[in-house]
This record gives sequence, structure tokens and C-alpha cells, in this order.
Amino acid sequence: MANQPRTLFDKIWDAHVVETLQDGTALLYIDRHLVHEVTSPQAFEGLRVAGRQVRSLHGTIAVVDHNIATDASRRTGIEDPESRLQVETLEKNVAEFNVPYIPLLDERQGIVHVIGPELGLSLPGMTIVCGDSHTSTHGALGALAFGIGTSEVEHVLATQTVLQKPAKNMRVTVDGVLPPGCTAKDITLAIIGKIGTAGGTGHVIEYAGEAIRALDMAGRMTLCNMSIEAGARAGMVAPDETTIAYVEGRPHAPKGEAWERAVAWWRSLPSDAGAHFDKEVSLRAEDITPQVTWGTSPEDVLPITGVVPNPADARDETRRAQLTRMVEYMGLIPGQKLTDLKVDVVFIGSCTNSRIEDIRAAAAIARGRQVAPHVRALVVPGSGLVKKQAEAEGLDRILLDAGFEWREAGCSMCLGMNPDKLTPGQRSASTSNRNFEGRQGPGGRTHLCSPAMAAAAAIKGHLADVREFSA
Amino acid sequence: MKAFTTLTGVAAPLPMANVDTDKIIAARFLKTIARTGLGKNLFHAMRFNEDGSEKPDFVLNQEPYRKAEILIAFENFGCGSSREHAPWALLDFGIRCVIAPDFADIFHNNSSKNGILPIRLPREICEKLMEDAKMGGNARLTVDLERQVVVRPSGEEIPFEVDAFRKHCLLNGLDDIGQTLQHAPSIDEYEAKRRAEAPWLFA
Repeated sequence: MANQPRTLFDKIWDAHVVETLQDGTALLYIDRHLVHEVTSPQAFEGLRVAGRQVRSLHGTIAVVDHNIATDASRRTGIEDPESRLQVETLEKNVAEFNVPYIPLLDERQGIVHVIGPELGLSLPGMTIVCGDSHTSTHGALGALAFGIGTSEVEHVLATQTVLQKPAKNMRVTVDGVLPPGCTAKDITLAIIGKIGTAGGTGHVIEYAGEAIRALDMAGRMTLCNMSIEAGARAGMVAPDETTIAYVEGRPHAPKGEAWERAVAWWRSLPSDAGAHFDKEVSLRAEDITPQVTWGTSPEDVLPITGVVPNPADARDETRRAQLTRMVEYMGLIPGQKLTDLKVDVVFIGSCTNSRIEDIRAAAAIARGRQVAPHVRALVVPGSGLVKKQAEAEGLDRILLDAGFEWREAGCSMCLGMNPDKLTPGQRSASTSNRNFEGRQGPGGRTHLCSPAMAAAAAIKGHLADVREFSA
Repeated sequence: MKAFTTLTGVAAPLPMANVDTDKIIAARFLKTIARTGLGKNLFHAMRFNEDGSEKPDFVLNQEPYRKAEILIAFENFGCGSSREHAPWALLDFGIRCVIAPDFADIFHNNSSKNGILPIRLPREICEKLMEDAKMGGNARLTVDLERQVVVRPSGEEIPFEVDAFRKHCLLNGLDDIGQTLQHAPSIDEYEAKRRAEAPWLFA
């Protein structure tokens, strides 16, 4: 048994099983637990009522990101009373339970899935959880990272474990070289378009192949981030030299002898030759084009050169009803060219695409150009450190000169629970991860795309093909 | 957690696939520090007009479905975010059981931890149950967790699968933490071993 070839997922899983219960449910040890203000209050309350403590303080870190303002108003206190209560509650809880906390005005504050890797809190081979589905992001490091609900947050706080059955293994291989104008975001949207939003249900996806190995860590994070949009429990990329170079020297990364031991273990993690995958999917990178979603599910995605589908062409009644509703909600006409869709708002940010590489990609398009007069365009860095880096590179000036807003770090317009939201009927090009009805604000219409594509839409004033821009 | 044993009640038909967590409870309603009180905003965009009045064609605004305890839907129910506010909102409205061809993993997990039973049944059976549900108050369904069957108004019994551990927890209304803490010595032992193997994880 010990010599059976194992996948990356199997190896990390096996290294974290504390005990296997009778029906196969495992008690799985958690190395890192990231906590934020929205999904934790009820969990801390549960601990308090039961008289329990947080078991592993070194394994836990808290930060605020979801409901905070990303403009200057954050420095003068949170205006919205409900948001303020949630943030104050987190601050009270971390103080009471001694949980390490990064405050709102600390330069390390940011979106939980940006700061984890950035600070070296998320490392290869770890099990990482957070009360947020986009925890899958951290799988880019070669970690097993997944989102949990609030009951599980409480469970992890109290026991440093989760109860789970092992997932099935799925491998998505992307070989070849990505064409110009295409990014990790286009790969992930193309994958979701191919396998659907339930294509990965019950599975952990390992991304493999030449085009994946060629991605930098930011790209791998974008890819793993949206694994949940394919229904997968988690997404992972095997640790390699790119990963190790990224992790080395980060504030919480191991140092000295511990570093050598850690790296030796990380190098043993990639899937063995002949390891079994329950499901395999492959794509050619050359076939990928700049992608944009047109409907209200991430699987409803097309090349930017496409046209709005006709519900009459649907394969069955449920799908026809779905398409009809989407076309209506999104305010579209079947057959309309996607590049004819005028946008009101452009949002560049979120745990999917707010890293320095994403800001650089947007700035490269914005340089020397102007945002169309009718467009409001926001660039929201993923963390205070990303913001600082971008400013050191002068990217803020390029974006501001082009007419973009340059904001403070947070989840911002990804999810419509802080002051940054769409108003009913507004259409956005957004680098976030979900285009669900009302996701960016009630009645808002979201088109998901890459940072370069979003910047291109801001300049043109309508959805646009980034390949028509020369850098 | 309230135990789930047998439930006989009105089932509401929601013949939609990909009912996402933002539809179930939009993010702007997550600014709460309580688990209760979310039912009034369940399915808000589908249930209410902008002025707050009810949309009469939405199923949960119709009799007898205002009192529905079971929801029948199609594929990929609960996709999207990990917000446990989604099952809290369903529970607060009165829903104790959701039947669909499949569920998003996190939603499935979150539901059973709150005394809501998610039942996976093949599409064609969900279609039959959808027809039963459309018959309204005269067509109550029974869900018997102990025997693992759904009983249709015709008396036909449809068996379903459930994890043995989840079934035990639901039947007895047990929360996980107390049970896991019985394994505390194993967790201590694991930590000691792991600390020796991978000390950087405990720095």
C-alpha cells in the first residue's frame, strides 16, 4: 500500500489524517486557519457559550476584508453600523481569544486570500481553511486549501481539525503555450466553460501541463481561486521551483535549517507517475482566447469575439428557461456581439485578480490612454503591501492619469456587501469570480474577464478584445 | 442542533438548476452577528420587488408553500460561496429538507450541520417529486431519515443515501465539536508527531 503511486492531494491528505472514523470520515488536521469578519462572529459566540478556547493560536490569523470601505473613509471609522458591528465584533473576539490579528489600518491588511501567500502564512503541503469558498486560491502553492462554513470555523477554532471524507482526484492538463493577450483568468474561464459549474463537484482539481507550469504564482492563484466556480472542493498546482522561489524570504516562511527540511518535503509532494485520477480533462493552450462571461453563471462564458446565445437553441427545457432568464436579467439581445456591450463600471480587484502582476497588466493597457467618459473604473489592490509595491513602481500614477480610481485594499465590488456596488441595471467588466444575479449589487450585470480585458473595456467603454491593444 | 427524524410537510417546487448562495441569501444580508432572523431575506431578489412588496408568482409567496418545510430543486443546488447564512436562512424560513439531483459540496456540508437534510436523488425522480410538490397542500411528502426513504403522496417509497456519520448526528441532533473532542488525545498525539517532522508549521 505504502508504495502505491499517490497524487499531490493524496500525499497532503495522508499527512494530515489524525484518525479515520468508522464510515471513512477523517479527522483532518488543519495547519492554517484564516479568519475574517463575516463568517466568524457566530463561531466565536459558539465557543463562548460552550466555554471553549481556540486550540492553536499560532495556526490562526484574522483580518478584515469583506465589508470594509476601500476609500479614504476607512481612516475616519466605518460608517455603516452593521459593518462596524461586524468589524468591532471581530476585534473583540480576537482580543478575548488571543488570536493574531491584522488591523484595518495596518499596511499588511488585505484580502485574506492575498495576504496568506504574500506573508508566507500559506505554505506548500499545508492544509489551509477559511470561512470563504475562495480559500481554494492557496492551492496554488501546492497546499490543500478549501472553504468551510461557520460551524466548521467553530470546529477548527476548538479542535484544529475538520471532519471530511476524502475528495476524488481530478486532473486538468493544459499543454502548449498560451497565445498573446491570454492569461490565467482566460484559462480558468475556458475550463469552467468546458466542464461547467458542477464539473468538479466532489473532486480536488490538480492543474498540470506545460501552460500551467509556465504561469507565475499570481496566475496560479487566479486559476486555483476559481476552482470553486467549477464546483471543486479545491484546486492545486504541484510545488516546483517557481513556488519555492516565491515562498523564500517571506515573513512567515521557514528559515535556516527548517527551510531546508521544508523544501525537501515540498519537493516530494508532486503526484507520482501512474497516480490514479478519477477524472481527467485536457485543453490545448493554443485554443484559448480572451474570455468573457455573458450570463449569470461562470460557465456561461465565450471568447470575446462571440455573440449572445439564443435561448431557442438550448438543449432542453430547463436550460432554455435558464438562458431566457439570463438574457433578460443581463439586458441582452440574442445574436448581439459581445464587443457591442457598453459598460458603466470596470472593477479590477478581488481575491481572483488583485495582485501586483494584475495591477501591472491593467496599467500596461492604461498607460497613455483615457478611461471612456461614461465609465467609472476602480482599481482595488488586494493588500496594503500590493498597494505599496504598485505605488513604488508608479502604477498608481499611470492609472490615476488614465482616469481610474486607485483604492485601499479589500474585497470591494466583488460581492456587494460594502459601499462599492453596482446600481440596478449597471453593467460591469469585472476581474472578480462570480457573475451571479445581484452579486455586485441588486440588479447589477457582471461580465467576468482578466485584468487586461477589464482595462481594455474601461478605455473603449464597451467589452473589448485586448489583442487590439498594443502595449 | 435540532434533531431530524421524520418530517411530513409541504414541499415547494423550485424547478431551477444552479440555485446559488447569492440567490439564497445575498451578501448584503450577511452583516449580522447572529444565526437567526435571516429567513425574511431568503431568496430576496426572487421573492420581493424593489419596493419590498411580494412577487406573487414566486412559489414561497403562494399558499400553501409559505409554510413549506421541504424544497425540491434541480442540479447544483447551493453553488457559490461558503456562507452558512444560506442554510441558516432556509432554516429560519422553515425549510428542513432540500431534495435535488446534486448539491455544491460546502452547502451540503453546511446544511447537515444545521439540522437540514440534503437529499440527492436522480433527476427523473426529482422531476416526479417536483410534480408532487406542484399539487400543493394535498400532496405532502414524508421524509424518514431512520429508514432513508422519501414517501410520495401516492405512498410510493423512494430510498436515498446518506453518510452513516451524518445520519447519526442528524438523528440525534449532535453537534460535531463535542464528538471530535472525544478524540482530543489523538489530536495531541498527531501534533506531537507533526511538530517533530515539520517544526516550521508550529513556529
